[in-house]
Amino acid sequence: MTDKLSKKQDTPAQDVVPMVKAQGVHKSFGHVEVLKGIDLEVKPGEVFCLIGPSGSGKSTFLRCINHLEKINGGRLYVDGELVGYRQQGDKLYELRDREVAMKRRDIGMVFQRFNLFPHMTAVENVMEAPVQVKGVNRTQARERAMQLLERVGLADRAGHYPSQLSGGQQQRVAIARALAMDPKLMLFDEPTSALDPELVGDVLDVMRDLAESGMTMVVVTHEMGFAREVGDSLVFMDGGVVVESGHPRDVLTNPQHERTQSFLSKVL
Amino acid sequence: MTDIKKTAGEQGTPPAGPEAIKAIPVRHYGRYVSAVVALALLVAIVYAFSQGRINWGAIPDYFFDDRVVEGMGKTLLLTVLSMAIGIVGGIVLAVMRLSKNPVTSSIAWFYIWFFRGTPVLVQLVVWFNLGLVFEYINLGPVYKDEWSDFMTPFLTALLGLGLNEAAYMAEICRAGLLAVDEGQTEAAHALGMSHGKTLRRIVIPQAMRVIVPPTGNEVINMLKTTSLVSVVQFSELFRVAQDIGQTSGAPVEMYFLAATWYLILTSVLSVGQYYIERYYARGSSRSLPPTPWQKIRAHLTTLSSRKVSA
Repeated sequence: MTDKLSKKQDTPAQDVVPMVKAQGVHKSFGHVEVLKGIDLEVKPGEVFCLIGPSGSGKSTFLRCINHLEKINGGRLYVDGELVGYRQQGDKLYELRDREVAMKRRDIGMVFQRFNLFPHMTAVENVMEAPVQVKGVNRTQARERAMQLLERVGLADRAGHYPSQLSGGQQQRVAIARALAMDPKLMLFDEPTSALDPELVGDVLDVMRDLAESGMTMVVVTHEMGFAREVGDSLVFMDGGVVVESGHPRDVLTNPQHERTQSFLSKVL
Repeated sequence: MTDIKKTAGEQGTPPAGPEAIKAIPVRHYGRYVSAVVALALLVAIVYAFSQGRINWGAIPDYFFDDRVVEGMGKTLLLTVLSMAIGIVGGIVLAVMRLSKNPVTSSIAWFYIWFFRGTPVLVQLVVWFNLGLVFEYINLGPVYKDEWSDFMTPFLTALLGLGLNEAAYMAEICRAGLLAVDEGQTEAAHALGMSHGKTLRRIVIPQAMRVIVPPTGNEVINMLKTTSLVSVVQFSELFRVAQDIGQTSGAPVEMYFLAATWYLILTSVLSVGQYYIERYYARGSSRSLPPTPWQKIRAHLTTLSSRKVSA
C-alpha cells in the first residue's frame, strides 16, 4: 500500500487518471430526481469534501461511486473504469454481481451509522473481509487487523463487541475495517453526524492521519473546520446540482454564490 | 460472574454517607388472601384426582416398559427428522419468497398458503390415502413399487409433518431475514462480499437471534403434534400407550403415563432452547443473561449476606 501511494505522489500531476470522474450523472428514485447532472473530478491523493443541505443529493452521489445506487444517466468512472457497466463499442453492458463486488474491494466506505457487524468482535469485524473476500489466512488477517486497530487507537478494545463500544470507537473500528481491504479510495458518508460532540474529535483525528498518509478520500460532511484544514477540494451541492466548487478555504471564506452564502451563514 | 459478586457486595455493606432509610413496608393483604385461595383450589384438585377411580399404581408398572421406551424413541426420531425437513424446507421457501424472480416467489407463496391453510391431521390422512391417485410409484430404474408399499406409516408421518412444518418455518425464517438492518447488507457489499457470502456470514447469523426462539417453540410443538400420527398407524408414544391401555385394562392410566413422558421431554427441550438462545444473543446485549444456575447462586449469596447484615 505504501509504495503504491508514494508512486502516486511521484507521478507528474498533468497526465494522471482521475480517481473519480463524474460526467452529467443523473439519479432518480421513482419520479423524484435526486441528482440532476453532476460533473466533478477527484484527483488521486486528494481529500475531496462534499457539503450541502440535507436532501441535496451528496450522500446519494457518494453511494453511486461504489454502485450501492445505480445511476440513471451520465457516466461515472473510478480510476478510469466505468462504475457498474462495461462498454463495448457503443453499447453498455451491466456488470454481473460478482464483477461489481470485485470493483468494490478497492473502495472503502464508512457509514453514518457505522454498520459494524454486531455478532463479531472489533478485531473479527476488521478481519472479516480480507479472510472472506481475499482469502487471506486467519493468522495474517488477525495480525494486520491488530495493526489497523492500533493505528486508530483501539488495540485494547480488539475483543469487544460493537455494543460494548462508544459511537466514536465504533466509527474508528469501521474505518479500520474499510482500510483492511487496502482500498485506493475511501468514501465517508457523514462519518461524525451520529456521534456525541465530544467523540467527533477522535474520529476526525484518524481521518486527518489517513489524509496525511496520501489516501484519496471523498468526504460528505458537516464539519466545516475539517473541510477547511484537511480538504484539498470542496464542492457545495444543493437540489441535485453542484452549485460551487473550489479550494475549501476559498469557498468557505469567500463564497461566490448566493445559495452557498446563505447555507454557510447558517452552519458556520 | 464478576457483576454477580459486585451486586452481592453492594447489598452486604450498607452505603456510606447519609444513613440508609429504615421504613416499615406496605402490607399487601390482598396478596395473602389470593395466595391462600389459590393453594386451597390446588389442594382440592389434587385430592379429587387421588380419590378418583384411577389406578395410579399401574403407571409406574409400565413407565419403563420396553414398548413405551421404543415408542418414545420413535416419537423423538420423528420429531428430529420432521423438524429437519421443516427447517431446510423453510429456509429454501423463505429465500424463494424473498427472491426477485416472480415465479419462484409465487410458488413459495402458494406452498405456504396451501400447507398453512389445511389442518395437519387432514394432510396426514390425505398422504396416507394418496394411493387412490398414484397406484404405482415409478422412478425409472431406481425404484418402482406400489404406492401402498412405498408409503409406509413412517414415511407418511414424516412427509405429512415435515412438509407442513416447512410452511411455518418459512414464515419464521422470512421474518428473521427481514429483521436484519439493511445497513448490514450494504456494509458487507461495500467490502466486496458477494450476495451469498453476505447472506451466510452477515445476515443469517443475525437473523438467527430472531429465528431461534420461535423455532424452539416449533420443536416443542412438533414433539406434541407427533401424537397425531397415531391415526396413520405409526406406533409412536401415544399409539403405544393406547395399545397397552386396551390390553392391560388401564386405558386412562396409560394416557396419564403418556402425558408425563411428553412433559418430561418438552421440559428437557426447553432447557436446551434456553442455552441456544443465549448463544445467539452474544454481541446483541452488553452482558449475557445469567444461566439459571448462576441465578440460583446469586440468590443464595444475597440471602446469606442479608442474614449477615441483619
